Amino acid sequence: MIGLQHYLVVSTILFVMGVLGIFINRKNIIIILMAIELILLSVNINLVAFSVYLGDLVGQVFSMFVLTVAAGEAAIGLAILVIYFRSRGTIAVDDANRMKG
Amino acid sequence: MDMASLLMTAPELVLSVSGLALLMVAAYAGDGSARLVGWLSIAALAVAGWTLCGTPGHGGEAFDGLYRADAFGAFAKVLIYLAAAVSILVAPRFFATGREIRAEYAILILFACVGMGLMVSAGDMLTLYVGLELNSLASYVLASFMRQDSRSAEAGLKYFVLGALASGILLYGISLLYGFTGSTSYAGIATAMSEDGLSNGELFGLVFVLAGLAFKISAVPFHMWTPDVYEGSPTPVTAFFASAPKVAAMGLTVRVAMEAMGSALDSWQQIVIFVALASILFGAVAAIGQTNIKRLMAYSSINNVGFALVGLAAGTAEGVAAVMSYLAIYVVMTIGSFLCIMQMRDADGRPVEEIASLAGLSQSRKGLAAAFAIFMFSLAGIPPMMGFWAKFLVFDAAVGAGLTGLAAFGIAMSVIGAFYYLKIIKTIYFDEPAAVYAPAGSRIENALMAVAAAVIVLGYLLNPFLDKVSTAAAAALH
Repeated sequence: MIGLQHYLVVSTILFVMGVLGIFINRKNIIIILMAIELILLSVNINLVAFSVYLGDLVGQVFSMFVLTVAAGEAAIGLAILVIYFRSRGTIAVDDANRMKG
Repeated sequence: MDMASLLMTAPELVLSVSGLALLMVAAYAGDGSARLVGWLSIAALAVAGWTLCGTPGHGGEAFDGLYRADAFGAFAKVLIYLAAAVSILVAPRFFATGREIRAEYAILILFACVGMGLMVSAGDMLTLYVGLELNSLASYVLASFMRQDSRSAEAGLKYFVLGALASGILLYGISLLYGFTGSTSYAGIATAMSEDGLSNGELFGLVFVLAGLAFKISAVPFHMWTPDVYEGSPTPVTAFFASAPKVAAMGLTVRVAMEAMGSALDSWQQIVIFVALASILFGAVAAIGQTNIKRLMAYSSINNVGFALVGLAAGTAEGVAAVMSYLAIYVVMTIGSFLCIMQMRDADGRPVEEIASLAGLSQSRKGLAAAFAIFMFSLAGIPPMMGFWAKFLVFDAAVGAGLTGLAAFGIAMSVIGAFYYLKIIKTIYFDEPAAVYAPAGSRIENALMAVAAAVIVLGYLLNPFLDKVSTAAAAALH
C-alpha cells in the first residue's frame, strides 16, 4: 500500500535533486532551468499528496497556482537567457563572471 | 463577487488596471510615449496611495482572510509607492545618454508594485506566493532591462536563477506547513501551531519558509545574488531594488513571523538572531574593499537588513514598530544615496560607478557633495542624522526584549560599517580632484535630493508622527 510517506520521500528526493542540480551543475544554464522545474514539481507532489491525505481541496488549488506561475517563470527565464546569449554568445555557467568582488 | 472585499483591494486594482491600460498605450504609441507613460504611472501610484486613506487602509479582512487591509499594509504600501515613483521619475535622464528608454519600464514597476502590495497585505500563503512571484517576475525583467549591456543581462540571469531557487525553497516550506497544520491561512497555521506545540514537520516548514524569505530580503547566508544584481542592473532599477522590494519582503517576513508563527517565537527567534548578526557582520566587513559604488550599496543594504532584523528578533510590538520606522528611514536615505550616485557622470555625460571618481567632488559640485555626505553619515548612523534614530529604535526594542548581547554586538559592528561610509566622505572632501563632472543634473533630481537630505537632517520634527503610524502598524498585527 502506498501511503503519504512514500509521496513525501519521492518529493524530498526530487527537491534535493533540483537543488543539487543548481549548485553542482557547472555546464549549462538550461539544466538550471530544468532543475528549477524539478523543485516546483516536487512541491506540487507534496501539496497534492497532503491535500488528498487531509481531504482538503486547498492544496490542489495551490498546486494549480504553482503550475501557472511556473509557466510564466520559465517563459521569462528563457527570454532572459536569449538576451544573455545574444550579448555573450555562450550559455555556460562558468562564463557568467563579468562581475566579481 | 463580494463588493466590500473588492473595495479593500482598491490599490492593487487601480495599479493593475492602469498598468494594463498603459501597456496598450505603450504598444500602440511606441517608445516615444515613454515619458507620458512614466507620468501616468506616477499618477496611478498617487491614486493608489490616496485610496489607502479609505477602507483599504483599515478595512480588515477581505476575501475570507486571503487579504488584509490594515494599517500595517498601508504603512508599507506608502513607502513602496514613494520609492517606485522616484525610480520612475529619475529613469528618463539615466537612459537618455545613448541607452534606450522603453515605455515598458514604468509599467513593469507598476506590476511589481501590485505584487508588493499583495505581499504586505497577504493573510494566506497563497496570496503571499502570488504576490511574491508577481513582484519577482517583473524584477527579473527590470534587472536585465538594458538588453545590449552584457552586465545587465548577466544580472537578470543571476537574479532569475537564485530568485527562482528561493521561491522553490519557500514553496517547499509552505507545502510542509500546509501538510502538518492543515491550513494555508496565517490564522489557521497559528491556531494549529499553538494548540499542540511545534511538531517536527512544522519546524521544517518554518525553517524553509524563513530561508526562502531571507533570500528575498538578501540576508546572510542567502545574500550572494545581491552584489552582482545591484552592480549589473541599470542604476534607477538598482535604486528601486534597494528600496521598495526590501520594504515589501521585510513587511512580509514580519507579518508571517508575528501572525502565522507567533506561537513558535522561541524557534524562529534564534534563526532571526543568527541571520541578523551574520548580515550586520558580513555587510560591514565585505563592503570595505569595494571600488564600485553600486556594489558597495549592495553590501550596505545587506548590513541594513541585519539591523532591521534586530527589531524583528525582539518579537514584540515595539520591535515591529521599530522595524517599520527603520524601513521608512532606510528608504529615504537609500533613495537619496542613489539619487546622488545617478549624478556621477564623466565629462561626456556617461554614468561612472567607481568610488575613486568621486575625488574632489566638494570643489566642483558643493551641493551634491554635501548631500552625499549627509546620506553617508546617516547610513553610518551618526547623530543628528535620522539614520541614528532608526538604529536607536531597533536596539531599544532588542534591549527591551532582553537581547542585550545582540544589541551590543550590533552597535560594535555599526562602528566597522561607519568606516567605509566615512571613506567615501573622505574621498569627496579631501582627495585630489580626479574627474571633470558634467554640469548639474535636472531640476527634478536636485529637488528630490534636497527633500531627502532635509528629511534626513530635520526628520526629528517628524518623530511624533512616525512613532504614531509605526505603532498603529504594529498594533494591526495580531
